[in-house]
Amino acid sequence: MDISKNKLAELLRSPEKMDQFNLSDWDVIIRQARASNLMFKLYHLFEQKNDLGKVPLEARRHLEASRHLGANLHHSVFLEVEYINSALKCIGLPVVLLKGAAYVIKGAEAGNGRLFSDIDILVEKNHLPEAEKIFKQHGWFASNYDEYNDRYYRSWMHEIPPLTHVKRDSVLDVHHAIIPPTANLKPDTSKLFNCIEQVDGLENVFTLSSIDMVLHSAVHLFQDGELEHGFRDLVDLDALAREFSAQDSSFWEKLVSRAQELGLQRPLYYAIRYTRRFLNTPISQLGLHGSEEGKPSFPKLMDFLFERALMPAHSTCDDSFTALARWVLYIRAHYLRMPLSLLLPHLIRKAYMKRVEKNKAATAQ
Amino acid sequence: MNIGSIPQIDLLKTIQNEGVVFQVAGFTIKLQSPFPEVSKNIHKLYSDYPLAEQGSFIDFHMKVAPPKGLRRWYRPQVEFHLDGFRPFKPLPQDQAYAMFEWSLNWCIANHMHNYFIVHAAVVEKEGKCIIFPAPPGSGKSTLCASLVMSGWRLLSDELALVDRNAENVFPIPRPINLKNASIDIIRARYPGAIFGPIIKDTAKGTVSHLKPPATSVRLASQLSRPAWVIFPKYQAGSITKLEKKSKAQTFMGVAQNAFNYTVLGSEGFDTLGRLIDGCDCYDFCYSDIDEAIETFQSLLDSK
Repeated sequence: MDISKNKLAELLRSPEKMDQFNLSDWDVIIRQARASNLMFKLYHLFEQKNDLGKVPLEARRHLEASRHLGANLHHSVFLEVEYINSALKCIGLPVVLLKGAAYVIKGAEAGNGRLFSDIDILVEKNHLPEAEKIFKQHGWFASNYDEYNDRYYRSWMHEIPPLTHVKRDSVLDVHHAIIPPTANLKPDTSKLFNCIEQVDGLENVFTLSSIDMVLHSAVHLFQDGELEHGFRDLVDLDALAREFSAQDSSFWEKLVSRAQELGLQRPLYYAIRYTRRFLNTPISQLGLHGSEEGKPSFPKLMDFLFERALMPAHSTCDDSFTALARWVLYIRAHYLRMPLSLLLPHLIRKAYMKRVEKNKAATAQ
Repeated sequence: MNIGSIPQIDLLKTIQNEGVVFQVAGFTIKLQSPFPEVSKNIHKLYSDYPLAEQGSFIDFHMKVAPPKGLRRWYRPQVEFHLDGFRPFKPLPQDQAYAMFEWSLNWCIANHMHNYFIVHAAVVEKEGKCIIFPAPPGSGKSTLCASLVMSGWRLLSDELALVDRNAENVFPIPRPINLKNASIDIIRARYPGAIFGPIIKDTAKGTVSHLKPPATSVRLASQLSRPAWVIFPKYQAGSITKLEKKSKAQTFMGVAQNAFNYTVLGSEGFDTLGRLIDGCDCYDFCYSDIDEAIETFQSLLDSK
């Protein structure tokens, strides 16, 4: 795969190259950034370096437009976390934020310029029923309720169906683990809870520890199969790794040993391999060697697949195998999360329901 | 060079293949579509719009094309793609041209948050403009078309792009989307008016697009100062009535018709406040178009 098609990655790796870009290059960069949901991130990176003025006006105004979307979102995240907190406080549970909201609230560099549409939290499985009840009392309800979906989520998934707030329309994803219980990897959720860290200045609000945050991000990207935002997630991983390794000289050592403890060597291997490949993330020798343990049996094949699937989902980044690679990885993700005896009936039903809905929509017209 | 200076057959080929890149006021768009109906109407209604220079930055890469699969042939449909992303459900294929127009509205209203964007018609004379914010069905487009055909400059029939200091409205003159009875009314009043196809059974009823005057298109880079915010309401048989509206009510009314009031947060609040402070605000009820045109002329003369 010719990863130089990924102009956005080139810009992120070597921001000084922006001086050589012409308008056609900027055209491609803005499109790739829009497709991978990184427009606001790009705005932030330029703004931080005081480089916005160097971006041609035509492209800059798209970056500036995304600033409004982002500023509004980041403002509302703090309010929303307050609401979640006031619900969970009633039953004495902590708010444990995951992913985008966690990066923003923690003030991590990965949170700057990060867009997301819902807030993810982690609740211990035995507390789920009371948590759901209190959320309902505070106005969060399951949206698009469907009996099969509900049963599917509850039996096999690591989260309950997404909750939507009746008044604010905000979406809350309540997880009880970072990976489905039927998956091949089985990180112990209680170990994650043992290491949660309180957010400065926000009572009862927590995030995973820095190390676990990186591992969760890796698990999410490399086990979940939601690769349309794959490049965005890779940019997250890069920012987390750069920031935390600069803060703690034994970061890589701790990361490798925590991955061993939780059985997450494989996603860590991929995270290190592809952040380095696409974004030149500086990895210590210890990190490189340590992660080798998670090397897959067919590394060349996985390179072939991931190098395509992790590109921005945009026509300028595709080759003849990109669609196939994304499809194979989607199937792989399903295969990893549940045994075939569960997976096949589910996929068949999903395909069937999709047809039924399509026909319904067609006859309705 | 304008779109009109390309022979229709060449424009068709360009739009069917690599796409035509042209300038719609402050925006550069690329349009690809295999449908002759689309390129025919672009040639007709956008003939005064300049082609973009080679190597330009393109704001929106638009494609209007049939969906994959059966619906290409069986009860054929059309889909809009913004650079590979499909924000809408497909429409029946005879709405292809309208889909282009509506999609371009969507592109601007959903992305260009550098402006405070109101769902409104905007017309200008002598450097001062009237903003007509209104929900569909209020007779805004009929009023806008009539004023534009009688000497006012068209800034927009759909989108008022207001700058952050509320000092200027940015023109985005485009074909005016007329609906149902107003198509025949405007056709009868202005026999020289040029229309796109009559498209029936759309979500908005029967629609047709009126070609904007060439002067409005030529002056698209000339900004205008907002002077009035007027809420129009067509009411059959009513007398012409222009009534002062309180600033507070106007504020709420414009906020309801704005596309990105919540996205802009406190900045949106400030911009809207400045806009309302600087404008005279009215409710306008009408049924007679001649009287309506007269009303706005005397409003302008009294300023």
